[in-house]
Amino acid sequence: MSDVSPWAILIAAIFTSNLLLTNFLGMCSFLACSRQVGTSLGLGTAVIFVMVCTTAINWCIYTYALIPLKIDHLWFIIAIAVIAAFVQFVEMFVERFSPKLYHALGIFLPLITVNCAILGASLLMITRNYGFVQSVAFGFGGGLGWLLAIVLIAGLRQKMTYSDVPQPFKGVAIVMIITGIMAMIFMGFAGMVKI
Amino acid sequence: MSDNSGCKHGGFCGGKGKETMKAGVWGINPVAIQVLGICSALAVTTTMMNSLVMSLALTFVCVGSNLFVSLLRDVTPRRIRMIAEVAIIATFVIIFDLLLKAFYFEMSEQLGPYVGLIITNCIVMGRAEAFALQNPPVVSIVDGLANGIGYTIVLCAVGFFRELFGAGQLFGITIFETTSKGGWYPQNVVMILAPGAFITLGFLIALYNYLSGANDPDKEATS
Repeated sequence: MSDVSPWAILIAAIFTSNLLLTNFLGMCSFLACSRQVGTSLGLGTAVIFVMVCTTAINWCIYTYALIPLKIDHLWFIIAIAVIAAFVQFVEMFVERFSPKLYHALGIFLPLITVNCAILGASLLMITRNYGFVQSVAFGFGGGLGWLLAIVLIAGLRQKMTYSDVPQPFKGVAIVMIITGIMAMIFMGFAGMVKI
Repeated sequence: MSDNSGCKHGGFCGGKGKETMKAGVWGINPVAIQVLGICSALAVTTTMMNSLVMSLALTFVCVGSNLFVSLLRDVTPRRIRMIAEVAIIATFVIIFDLLLKAFYFEMSEQLGPYVGLIITNCIVMGRAEAFALQNPPVVSIVDGLANGIGYTIVLCAVGFFRELFGAGQLFGITIFETTSKGGWYPQNVVMILAPGAFITLGFLIALYNYLSGANDPDKEATS
């Protein structure tokens, strides 16, 4: 097990190794939902919640079920199944008990199953040999970092509606370029923590 | 994801082999036009070799899952089709991952979790959902192959620029002698790092738009 403190992992996941800007995870939903600050905030919150819970559940399943049974080559399929089942469960639960929250969060939940940031967080924590607390810290920090990145880009995209972008660059191309510049800004955080 | 691709792009869907091929490679190129599967297109393209292996993995998974989704399309209940598709895709990803680990371990280390992430790659899911679910097996294989090739072209293009300008090499062979080894080319490290990936892909999509004359106003609504 790696012996990095959970606190360092949390800060690193938010800033220096942001899932979206350095690991390119969750790009599809990022491109689809970053046009409005409000929408991106809703999606980001849902991502934090699901990411914390699925990293915790997946870590337990991997350590206490897959390793003792020696079926860790089935890890991918188990991980995605857990995520899909969890999202489905949360959706039903929220719909039943808090219709208001369902309306705020509900439309984002199906999108989250196919958000590679969620699966990526689960796969990365195993590759990096994190313990339970470290994994949860990584899940929370990763989700928060993802939210930060998507909200910042959404703000820029809203402003950009008024800019005169050259024709071939309109749409995705310019978004990729501003994301690149944002990634460069986040590189400035490097050196803040070492993991 | 399903409404993102496929039938709205004219007569390609009902078409046979050749049209399907052309649509996947150029007409509705999965990365450049539909903006699917971006994660891996950015993450693994630091070198040409990584790009090629990743493309091979995606093509393999896409062909395999398209074939099986198509074979099972009449017996899969509509309500559980998503989970069935994910299970099929994950199986093929595991097969490829094990093969890679067995025969090419260094590469498997370099690609890290991105092989596993093919499961959530929207190209595979999108093709299974939009094409294989409605079409017979043979055409579905062609569609999987076409989308794999379309993906390969974009990935290799990104990998080409990043490796060439970032490290002065192609496939690990030195093209530009870098200054650190006494040559003339000052290495541009940012191309290897994350920002280079975003910016390279941004410019490539713009180039594609320019060449194909795409990017009419109603296309922006979906981007």
